[in-house]
Amino acid sequence: MSQFAINLLFVGASFALYIGIAIWARAGSTKDFYVAGGGVHPITNGMATAADWMSAASFISMAGLLASGGYANSSFLMGWTGGYVILAMLLAPYLRKFGKFTVPDFIGDRFYSNAARLVAVICLIVASVTYVIGQMTGAGVAFSRFLEVSNTWGIWIAAFIVFLYAVFGGMKGITYTQVAQYVVLIIAYTIPAVFIAFQLTGNPIPMFGMFSTHTESGVPLLQKLDDVVVALGFRDYTADVDNKLNMVLFTLSLMVGTAGLPHVIIRFFTVPKVADARWSAGWALVFIALLYLTAPAVGSMARLNLMTTVYPEMTGQVEDYEAASSEPILYEDRPDWIRTWEETGLITFNDLNNDGRIQLYNDANPEFAETAEARGWAGNELSVNNDILVLANPEIANLPSWVIGLIAAGGIAAALSTAAGLLLAISSAISHDLIKTMINPKISEKGEMLAARISMGGAILLATYLGLNPPGFAAQTVALAFGIAGASLFPALMMGIFSKRVNNKGAVAGMLTGLILTLLYIFTYLGWFFIPGTNMLANTPDNWILGISPLSFGAVGAIFNFAVAFAVSSATEEPPQEIQDLVESVRYPKGAGTAIDH
Amino acid sequence: MAEEKTDSTGYWKANVRLITGCLIVWAFVSYGCAILFRPLLSGIPVGGTDLGFWFAQQGSILTFIVLIFFYAWKMNKLDQKFGLGE
Repeated sequence: MSQFAINLLFVGASFALYIGIAIWARAGSTKDFYVAGGGVHPITNGMATAADWMSAASFISMAGLLASGGYANSSFLMGWTGGYVILAMLLAPYLRKFGKFTVPDFIGDRFYSNAARLVAVICLIVASVTYVIGQMTGAGVAFSRFLEVSNTWGIWIAAFIVFLYAVFGGMKGITYTQVAQYVVLIIAYTIPAVFIAFQLTGNPIPMFGMFSTHTESGVPLLQKLDDVVVALGFRDYTADVDNKLNMVLFTLSLMVGTAGLPHVIIRFFTVPKVADARWSAGWALVFIALLYLTAPAVGSMARLNLMTTVYPEMTGQVEDYEAASSEPILYEDRPDWIRTWEETGLITFNDLNNDGRIQLYNDANPEFAETAEARGWAGNELSVNNDILVLANPEIANLPSWVIGLIAAGGIAAALSTAAGLLLAISSAISHDLIKTMINPKISEKGEMLAARISMGGAILLATYLGLNPPGFAAQTVALAFGIAGASLFPALMMGIFSKRVNNKGAVAGMLTGLILTLLYIFTYLGWFFIPGTNMLANTPDNWILGISPLSFGAVGAIFNFAVAFAVSSATEEPPQEIQDLVESVRYPKGAGTAIDH
Repeated sequence: MAEEKTDSTGYWKANVRLITGCLIVWAFVSYGCAILFRPLLSGIPVGGTDLGFWFAQQGSILTFIVLIFFYAWKMNKLDQKFGLGE
């Protein structure tokens, strides 16, 4: 069977499964549609949350980020997992006790203000829409690479599948498809990693293999990797960073952003009890960690594999790295996987010095320039897109073709599961918070369901359009989505639970301060609304205030949000008694019942 | 009524204390061991690199998992003790 047929079989089978679930889990009420009926088992919800959370970026890009950045990019690992600790302790159980359907629901009721509700709705929509663009383009890339369809067709197919189970099943359909998607993506991620870890270290468990001995050279794998990359002018893989403040703030921004992202929070509204929300957060992190503990192993091993493929002399025990690093392979002798990926344009070779060999080194390092010149090298000749590491893993490790089919299904599962969660967050904010609560409170249950389905359909069309015509800022999603969620939504939610004193004026002023400051800081360096050329300062560390990058500013915005909210609240009147009673009631699990309609 | 009030205040205080303790550990492993104190831990070798690197790429995540389950378990006991569970 050809590779194409195998890929088609795997992806087709996974789609059949998702559609089957969609037919089985149709939503009969708004409660089904928004919170899957409120009866999801905490372990099931943990698995669904893991798939909801792990996007195309986690599945495809993270190992590549770690491979290229080494230690310095550990922030992604800690930030995207540490957020669950604060979510489990500071938000999830109390919001579950509150017992309504959406995040703006809580903000609007707790701060007895439709202005606060509206700010929350806008933050939610902007964060979720920017996030969903990346999922659609990710699905498009996976389709075009593995199923030989055009990018455009890939995005339309993805949209159609999501439409089927999200519009009919709402949260109920999404929950159970996410469980299936988690299983597909974790198997797809783990199998090639196990083989590669075993080949390089003899230890089949990637997270242990990463810290074991590299079989062929007899030295620890990470030390071997350091030696190899340094010999070619790169930074040590494990090198410490100079700007610790920025690393701390970046990690913190990712954590508060994770805890404040509405599509993650609403998953915890689906479990039956407050205690279940706590357990469920733990299970979610277990399922996420299965991938996040494997990712750094995949990153480091793939980097080593790439370097030793190009410089075979460096593979085993090396006496003299100076000599071993001067002998790259001939372009003609490159392995098949490089040939395959060259066709996609994600690996490119440009023989600058016309010697027929592949020079892969750090040509931006002035200290290495002399060595390179002495060897007759005229610049780095091989550019490898970070995103291919995971996708190319099975080919690098010479695994059978069914593993490649599995990776295709896994990448698509990761993109679709996150897209569906985001689309639900967007459509429930429109149908529930805007239409039902603010515009037409008299709308019937049936009418609200219809509104929810129509807004879901509209959101899918918008996401498809943006996936087909990605705006220039698609790559800046991380800064924007996490900045907004961390600087505006997270502090408002936390203060709503932990302070009885913060009132409507304080909350609105705080959210707007956090949001506007963060946006201003991001736009100053990345351009107004990300339009290239409109940035007021070049995006370089020298220009950043105190060395804080725009990506790290969400945490600073959050601090300003807290400060302003407390200052304004203490200068104005206390919240009314019934609001203080509401805060009191969300703090105690007793009497939660199931999610209530209103 | 008065007694119930004291009880629930005690419950909330115990919860906040527990959260504070857990978040100190949370910050210590990630911002401490993995980032700020990494130079101090560089003398402790782990598989070809140092303890700080291990905390940054694996140790923190493992600690986070333990923290959440520990918190959920303690809170369940607290819910029962104060009779506030469901």
